[in-house]
Parts: sequence; structure tokens; C-alpha cells
Amino acid sequence: MRRTVFPNKVLPWVLLAPQLAITLIFFYWPAAQAFRQSVLREDPFGLSSKYVGLENFRKVFADPAYLNAMQVTVVFSLLVAFFALGIALFLAVQVEKLVRGKGFYRTMMIWPYAVAPAIAGMLWLFMFNPSFGTLAYPLRLMGIDWNPLLNGDQAMALVVAAATWKQISYNFLFFVAGLQAIPRSLLEAAAIDGANRRHAFWTIVFPLLAPTTFFLLVVNTVYALFDTFGIIHAVTSGGPGKSTETLVYKVYNDGFVNLIMGSSAAQSVILMVIVIALTAFQFRFIEKRVHYG
Amino acid sequence: MAHILLKDLRKSYAGQEVIHGITMDIPNGEFVVIVGPSGCGKSTLLRMVAGLEGISAGTIEIDGRVVNDLEPRQRDIAMVFQNYALYPHMSVRENMAYGLKIAKMPKAEIDAAVTRAAKMLELEPYLDRKPRALSGGQRQRVAMGRALVRTPSAFLLDEPLSNLDAKLRVQMRMQIKDMHLNTGQTTLYVTHDQVEAMTLADRLIVMNKGIADQIATPHEVYETPATEFVAGFIGSPAMNIFTVTAEAGMAVLPGGHRLPLPGLAAHGKVRLGLRPEDLEIVDASTAAIPVVLRSIEWLGADAFGYGMIDGSDALVTLRLAGSTGAKRGDRVHVAPKEGRLHLFSAESGKRM
Ligand SMILES: Nc1ncnc2c1ncn2[C@@H]1O[C@H](COP(=O)(O)OP(=O)(O)O)[C@@H](O)[C@H]1O
Ligand SMILES: [Mg+2]
Repeated sequence: MRRTVFPNKVLPWVLLAPQLAITLIFFYWPAAQAFRQSVLREDPFGLSSKYVGLENFRKVFADPAYLNAMQVTVVFSLLVAFFALGIALFLAVQVEKLVRGKGFYRTMMIWPYAVAPAIAGMLWLFMFNPSFGTLAYPLRLMGIDWNPLLNGDQAMALVVAAATWKQISYNFLFFVAGLQAIPRSLLEAAAIDGANRRHAFWTIVFPLLAPTTFFLLVVNTVYALFDTFGIIHAVTSGGPGKSTETLVYKVYNDGFVNLIMGSSAAQSVILMVIVIALTAFQFRFIEKRVHYG
Repeated sequence: MAHILLKDLRKSYAGQEVIHGITMDIPNGEFVVIVGPSGCGKSTLLRMVAGLEGISAGTIEIDGRVVNDLEPRQRDIAMVFQNYALYPHMSVRENMAYGLKIAKMPKAEIDAAVTRAAKMLELEPYLDRKPRALSGGQRQRVAMGRALVRTPSAFLLDEPLSNLDAKLRVQMRMQIKDMHLNTGQTTLYVTHDQVEAMTLADRLIVMNKGIADQIATPHEVYETPATEFVAGFIGSPAMNIFTVTAEAGMAVLPGGHRLPLPGLAAHGKVRLGLRPEDLEIVDASTAAIPVVLRSIEWLGADAFGYGMIDGSDALVTLRLAGSTGAKRGDRVHVAPKEGRLHLFSAESGKRM
């Protein structure tokens, strides 16, 4: 590799400074704060604090509400990842079949990605709010007792739908690229070997997409875990009860609403560990992912 | 076993016709080679037979059944692709067994068929490898094997040897010929290589810009090319072709040389073709064409002489004996062998 040598010793640092400052102020410093606070107990007014060791962590793991949040998070993430991948793959395959208008559909499919999570949440709320939702009324006409404000499963379905809808675009783009990378002659060979479209999809296309699917699975899991705060906040605020309170949402609830700083900090440290683990997993497996050819 | 009948077959892409009506009757067991320069529509024709391209007009019949609207899998054909199109995530064994599994053949029979094909193609040591761990020649053989195990009624190959080096190409060419003799399957083989075409074919389709200029045996194509294009395309080195003025019993060559050609009728401007091996060096006479040699390629048994008709810029290629004493810069006289000349219309290029 070529080493770049800058004649000026100061300029590179000046150019790097804004980025470094942002990283330090908005990432390392809060992270350090979280570590510090996770081993302290503080009164809600922030007037006094004392060192308690791992007491906060012990409490967190003993808290049934935390275990509930963990379960909610797992269910939520699995559902979002499954539906976002499945629907995106289905749409990508359908668009690939088109002769005309491929580009148009592709462009249209990307738009949801540009919508901010909170706005996406509001959108789904407006459609499905039991009292004024546009689609809540037809649902009730169909005999469904639709009330996500009272029914935890329906609330979960609603946030899953909103979170899935937003992520489909991203997955769609990757699947389209993945599909285009599969040589057409392979499908032709399969057609000559006697495979119908469905069989060729499951025996040729799907296995060859495995690297893309695996990459997206990790990305979607991370998304469902950490980037869906805005959606949950806008649609259900973790309710009803705690049926849509994910780990991230609980950090916010305990820290900023209930002002239990020590516990909230301990929870964020746990989340940080999860992110680091997922990232390491992604690097280890995706960088070395299967290459065909 | 298949009898394939093409009737006025046409193909258009977005209103642009690229195959202009091909009619051919391929009897059961025949080895037909589709040959022509790149872009003339060979692959398109083959892919229409395979069912991978739609048919714009005309019909394809296999064993008396019109297959125009049938899916590839309903046509009982096997195909070898130019880039082999091996399934990269499957082992050699799985690649070859893929079609048999779909056909719901019992497992024991599949194993037997794969083993038999692997043995014939010397692929036994590689059965559990993935295609990426194979050399080009081995991949090519797997592609052949995948087509062979299915014992289809017709065998289609699209430039199957063009990605191999020269030595392997000759070896595989012979193997393909042997295989055809053993199985007797109707075979359609696409190539741009005239040596492959001449050595493999029972009959050739020489394609030129979407038209079948000639459909005939290699011998007929060589001896009596139907068009100037076929004359120039088949044969190496290529046939010498000049524009001459045909008078009764006499052709006026470039440079103004008058060559007596008994039996020639007056046609005005025509194209005269003479194969390099049909020109003999003779003593100087008015019945001979003077040629100034510009270079000699000595190949051992043979030598090729390249020159120009004296006093013109018309290029001439001669096939000489390896023992020839001719040297660069020599002025020699050549005369066509009796009855070995080809005349083509200057307008249509058709044989006269
Ligand atoms: N999918 C396609 N769309 C438009 N034109 C095509 C397509 N496939 C082939 N052609 C055109 O048809 C002609 C014949 O192509 P092809 O059969 O591949 O030639 P060959 O195999 O003899 O080299 C070419 O001029 C090519 O540009
Ligand atoms: Mg081709």
C-alpha cells in the first residue's frame, strides 16, 4: 500500500478536527458518562451520587420489566427482520420479471427509505389509530376488534408493520443488486434442465443470494434493535402496558421519563455490548462471506 | 432422438429483424453446425430452438409437434452454454444430477447415470468439487456431462469450445464427434470457427447477417459455395476473389490481364473466385496471371505465398509446395486449374 505523506504537519489535524470533535462529544463522552453512571446511584435531582459497583446491573437483570423488554425486543426484531426481508425479496423478484418500467418501480420503491422514522410512525398511526385512523374503520367493519391502544398484540403488529415498511426499501435495493449479479444463463440452464420458475428460485436464486440475505439479516436486526425508537415513540410509546417496550425504549423511559439514572445507564452499557458483539459478528462473517464464481 | 423442422423462422428485437426466415429439415441423428461471423444470429437461432427466445414468425417442429409455445423443459433438449453456466453453489455431481432430480429419477439411477457420464468425460476425481475449483477444460466437460446424463432427444451447443486453448479445443472436438457417433443424437452446434464447423458437421448452415446463405454438407459448401460470402468465409487461407469483366471465353483481370477461360459467357462485371490451392505456378504465357510475391509463409509441407497481380493492387494468395523455390520479390506466373473457378454476381453475390 502507498503511504501518503503530507508536507504540512498541522493541516491534516485541522481537517480531521470537526469529525473527531463530533465523535468525541456525541459518542465517546456520552459512552464514558454511561459507564460512569452505571456504577453509581444518583438521586433523581442529580444532587448526590454514590458508588455501588455492579449493583445496577444486578438489579436490571432481576427486573421482570427488563426481561419483558428483552422478550419484546427479540419478538419485534425477528418479526421485522423476517417480514422486511421476505417482502423485499418478493418485490425485488417481481420487479426483475418486468420487461417495461423496471426503473420506475425501483425508484418508487426507494422512497419510504427517505422518510424519517418518527414520520413513518405518524403515518401508520394516522392510518390505524382506533378513533381517527383511515383504515381502522374498514378493519372494524370486517369484524376485527381493532384497538392497538388496548390490545398489546395489535400494538405490536402496528409497530412491526411501520418498522418493516420503512426497511423494505433498503433491503429491496440490495436484493435487486443481488439478483442482477446472478447470471441469466444459470436460470436458462435450469429452465433447460426442466426446472419451473419456483423450483429454479429455491434451488438457484435463493442459495446464490445467501450472502446478500445474510448481510441484510444482520443489518435488519441492528435496525430493529436500535433505529426503531422513533417509530415506537410515535406509534405506541411502548404501550399498551409495556407490550411494545423494547430495550432501547426502556433506556429512554427509565432514564429520561422516570429519571432512574443508574439503571438506565446500566441498560445502555448492556446495549453497547450487544452492538459491539453484532458488529464484530458482522465483520467476522460478512467480510469472509461466501464468494461464488 | 429428434427430427427438427424449421419453417421460415424469423426473429425481431424491437421491430428490428435479426433472423430473416430460415427453413431447414434436420433428420433424426444429424450433426448440424451453424457457422458464421460474430453477430450473424447463430446464438439467436439456437436459443429459439431451445425455447429461450420467443419466435417472431415461422414454426419449429420437433418430431412433428410444433413447439413454438412450449417452455424449454417441455422440449426435451439439452444445451451447453458458451460460458458453461454451471451452478456455482453445487458440486460437479449435483450439477449433473440437477435435471435428473427434477425428472424424479430414482436416486440409484441418478448415481449410475452421473457416474457413467463422469467416467466418459474423465471427471470422476472431481465429482465433489465446486465449479470454481476446476480448470476451464474441466468446467467445459462438466457442462457437457450435465447435458449428456439426461439423454435428451436433441443436443444444442453454443460455441462450447471457444473458451479453451487450442490444444484442448482439438481434443474436445474429437471427443464431441465420438460422442455423437456413440449416441446418435440430433445435434445443433454453433461456432464461428470454420475448422470446427468443417470437421464436425454432417451439414452446415452458413449464416450471414441473419440469412442462411447455404445449407449443405461441408464438401458442397467448400466445392460449390452458394454465395461470395460463403466462398470467402469457408476455407483457410480465404479464397481469392477479384472483380473481373467477363467476355466470351475471356476474363479481364485487375491490371488489364486477359485470362482465357473457355466456356465463359459475356456477363460484364462479375466476381471471380479462385482458391489458393487451385492456382498453380506455370511458365510465363499469355494464359497465365503474373503475380509479384510480397511474402512467403513456410509451414513445412506447405507454403503460402502472398502477392499482388502485377500492375494492380489486387491481393492474391497462393498455396505452394513446401519445396518451392519462390522467394519474396519474385515475379511468378500462375494459372487456375481446370474447372476450379467460382463466379458470383457482382450485385447479389450469388453463385452463377
Ligand atoms: N436481447 C437482444 N436484444 C436486441 N438485439 C439482440 C438481442 N440478442 C441479440 N441481438 C442482436 O441479434 C443479432 C444476433 O445476435 P447473436 O445471435 O447473439 O449473434 P451470434 O451468436 O451469431 O454472435 C446481433 O446483431 C445482436 O445485436
Ligand atoms: Mg453467439
